[in-house]
Formats: sequence, C-alpha cells, structure tokens
Amino acid sequence: MNLRAATQLSLFLLLAPLLVWLIGLIILPHADMFAISLRERVALRTYEFSFANYTEFFTEPLYWRTFARTAIMSTLATALTLLISFPVSYYIAKMLRGRLKAFLFLLCLVPFWVSELVRTFGWMILLRESGVFSNLLQWVGLADGPVEMLYNDATIMVGLVYTSMLFMVVPLVTTLDSLEDAQVEAGYDLGGNAFSVLRTIIIPHAMPGIVSGCIVVFMLTLGNYLTPVLLGGKDNLWFTAQIYTQFITRFNWELGAAFGFLLLGLSSLIVWTGLKLSRQTLTETMG
Amino acid sequence: MIPSIPQPKSFRAMYAAYIVMFFVYLVMPLAVVAIFAFNDSMFPSLPWGGFTMDWFFNPTEPRLGLFHDGRLLESIWTSFFIACWVTVLSVAVGTTNAFLFERRDFPFKSFLYMLMLLPLVVPGVILGISILVFSSTIANWLENSFGIDVEFLRPSTFLVIVGQFSFIATITTLVIAARLRKFDTALEEAAQSLGASRLTAVWTVTLPYLKPAIIGAAIVAFLMSFENFNTTLMLVGSDQPLTIAMYGRLREGSTPELNALSLLLMAVSGGLALLSVFVQREKD
Repeated sequence: MNLRAATQLSLFLLLAPLLVWLIGLIILPHADMFAISLRERVALRTYEFSFANYTEFFTEPLYWRTFARTAIMSTLATALTLLISFPVSYYIAKMLRGRLKAFLFLLCLVPFWVSELVRTFGWMILLRESGVFSNLLQWVGLADGPVEMLYNDATIMVGLVYTSMLFMVVPLVTTLDSLEDAQVEAGYDLGGNAFSVLRTIIIPHAMPGIVSGCIVVFMLTLGNYLTPVLLGGKDNLWFTAQIYTQFITRFNWELGAAFGFLLLGLSSLIVWTGLKLSRQTLTETMG
Repeated sequence: MIPSIPQPKSFRAMYAAYIVMFFVYLVMPLAVVAIFAFNDSMFPSLPWGGFTMDWFFNPTEPRLGLFHDGRLLESIWTSFFIACWVTVLSVAVGTTNAFLFERRDFPFKSFLYMLMLLPLVVPGVILGISILVFSSTIANWLENSFGIDVEFLRPSTFLVIVGQFSFIATITTLVIAARLRKFDTALEEAAQSLGASRLTAVWTVTLPYLKPAIIGAAIVAFLMSFENFNTTLMLVGSDQPLTIAMYGRLREGSTPELNALSLLLMAVSGGLALLSVFVQREKD
C-alpha cells in the first residue's frame, strides 16, 4: 500500500463515524419526522400527503396559544436571566482577584452538575403549600394559613431562570474577563459616569457573550420540559408537554411531528436571528 | 465600577449584598433537598420531625430506605449501564472527529463542522422524537417487508443510548478537539523520524497527550447521560433509567427517600465534577 492510498484510507476511516452519526442520527431522523408531519391518516394504515397537521395547529387555539405562550415566556426568562446574571458575572470577572474569584466562579457551576430534576425538586420543597417559605411566612406572621406558591407563572419563571443561570454566567464572565481595566478607567477619565461607561464601553465589549448566552438560554428554555410541568402543574401548558402528549398519550405521531417541526423552526429562527444581529456564526459561538 | 475607581461605600455594600443574595438563591434549593433527606417524617416538608437515617438504611415499608429499594437500585443500574455505553461511544467518536477536524482537509469540511454542532441547538425533546420516529419507520419497514420484529428499534434501552449519544458526541468532540489543537505536531514527526510508524507515533505520543481531555470528556459524557431527561423521556422502554423513575415518583407524591437519593447523586456528581476540573487543570 503506497502512502497516498494509506492517507486516503485513514481519511475514510476518520470520516466514517462522523457520517454514520450525522446522517443516521441527525439528518435522516429529522427528514423522516418532517415527512411524517406532512401526512394525514385517512383510514387504518392508509396515509395521504396533506398539510392537515399544520392546519390543525393554526386553527386550534389551544395549540398555537401554548406555542406563543412558550415563546413569550422563554423570551422573558432569557431577559431576566441576563439581567440577574450580568452584575454577578461582572463582579466575578472585574471586581475580584485570585482565589476568591476562582472559587466563586466554581461555586456558580456546582448546582448544575446536579440533575435538573433535583434542582426542580428543591424548588418544590421550598414553594409548596407545606413547604419552607409557606411555613416561614406563617412563623413571621405575614400569612395566616398555608400559602401555595407552586403552579403559577411566576414560579415557572423562578425555576426557568434558575435552570438557565449557568449558561449565561459562563459566557459573560469569559467575555468580561477580557475587558481591560484601562478601558474602563479611560471612560471615567473622559468624564463618563457609571451609567455611560456601562452603556458605551462594558456592554459593547460583552456583546458576544451576551448573545451566545441568550441564544443558549432561550433554546434550552424553549425545549424545557421538567420545570414547567413540575412547577406549573396541570393547567400551565408548555409546548414540549404538548409534543409529549401527542406522541406518548394520544399516539398521534403525525400531529406531534408537526409540532416538533414548528418548535424546531422557531428555535432555529431565533438562533439564526440572534447570530445575524450580532454578526456571529454558529461555529464561533459554539465551537 | 472597577476596584481602582472610587465608589460610594453604600454602593459597594449594596453590590456585595446582591452577590450574597444571588449565591443564597443558587444554593437554597440544593440545601433544602439535602437537609430534608434526614427528616423523620413521611413527607419532605415541614414540620421538622427530628433527625433520622431511615431514608437511607431502613429495610422495611412504608419507610423504605434508598439502599433497600429494589426498584430504585435497578433504575440506578439501568442509568449506569446506559451512561457507560454513551461514554464509550461518544468518546470514541469524539476522538476520531477531533483528528478529522484538526488534522485533515477534505471537501465540505466547514459545512460538516457546522452540522456537527447542530445537536447543541436542537431541543432534546425533538432529538428524542425524531429518533423515535425514524427507528420505528425502519422497524415497521423490516416487519412489513421481511416479517421480522426488531425489538430494540422500539422504545428501549438501546434507543436511549443512541438518543443520548446523538448530542453528547458533539460535546466530547469539542473537548478533545480543543486539546488536540494545542498539540505540537513536531513531537509526532520526531517520533516518526526515530523510526516509529505513523500509527505508533499517534498511539505513543499524541494519545497520552490527549489523555486529560479524553478523561475530562468521558466524565462530562457520563454525567450528562446520567442526568439526561428530555431525550430519554421519549425513547424509554420497559427498563426505566433513574431520572425517569424519579420523575414518576415525584408525580405520585414523594417521600424523603427521594431527597436521600438526590443527596447521593449530588455527592457523586459533585465529586466527578471536581475530578474533571482537577484533570483539566493538570493540562495547563
């Protein structure tokens, strides 16, 4: 075997696992899901090509309202996560030095090595009727009886923000870390105040981190299942829960596949828009 | 707003207070889970009934301890089995991918690289259902054309492994490729000029250099598989992995046994996470 043939063979051997993985587990399954979403069951085991599943989504208010609600709440959760984590990331990146800095950064990561189920369970213990907060309020005298804090939108929001925090803090700390102190000082020297320095120097510098954090948080929130279902209870619908219902409970795979495709479309659209607005590419932000 | 710029004392105090509040918020849910694992009561809620280790060690119903609960232990085993397979597969593919993308040039390279990143931006539920749909399409086709029923293509542990692998492989690829990028190829060339074949050079020089990243990637893959819920939920068969079993119990109404289990998970994954930080630090 000459050298050229050997190089070719090794390239082929390295390519093979990648192609099997991407084609077999990513491309074909999504294509198949799309194909299934475009058919309608006309009789037992007989299907016809149609847009009926998509029509059903748009004509049934429950479906598109859940979809819109999921999108709006995910957007809000992303904004809140950014708002809460920005000062924290700034503090870690710019106000601290050495050991304490490394320690607090590590402390930010620790909760996220625990499964999402455990984290959500913790919130349930805190917020339920017989939970810690309810008892605390009664003990202090702010409430006369048990207070139920689960099963409403605010609680879902608390859980979603909590779950997303890591994915915002890490990119923010990384970008803020690279901001030179001298630039901030120069801003003050030129007569800026805290607000104008923040607006014209710090935020523009942190923009890549802000965008990649927001994209990841939005995507994860949109696709979240546990937090809305466990903290939100039965009446609070989340789109992924709708997909689960169609697939597993109702066994209506055609409609479920259409829902899946709509959710994928929405998340791709948002990620794409975010990348375009910030002039970044997927390869740069994720790779 | 940096230490060298003077700020009013009150502002500094408020800022520090905000940071403290943030960390309280971060730690609180985990702390209550841990504390209530020792509550001598049937429910993981107040009032506090005193300290007990029953939820770990009690052998009888109705206060069955974690270490005597056969169904839970079985689901831990299922999760462990799945996580091992996912780890082996995604580290193997991650390593070949790293060599492919860092060392080779081939047509459509940047397109394939982008495609490789896609699983990171596809919601887990959708990865799950697309694999469910596709595998049952294959299974139905096999059944209708040849009359064979391939059971593992229906929701099963096999599908869970495949589903988790489909996105964890991206993460292991990124971790291993980042390390390979820093490798000085002169070392490999030196080995070859001393008479080693190319494969021997890679095996004895490059792979040992990659070891920290490979171990790190393996730990991350194991943890991500162990705690995965969204993708697993859609593909799970009759053997329930831990997250699915816990979810079922949470919905039924839970006992402090779940807290005990959660505490155990925290200890194990916290330890593994620290280990991975340690292993990664060694490389620099």
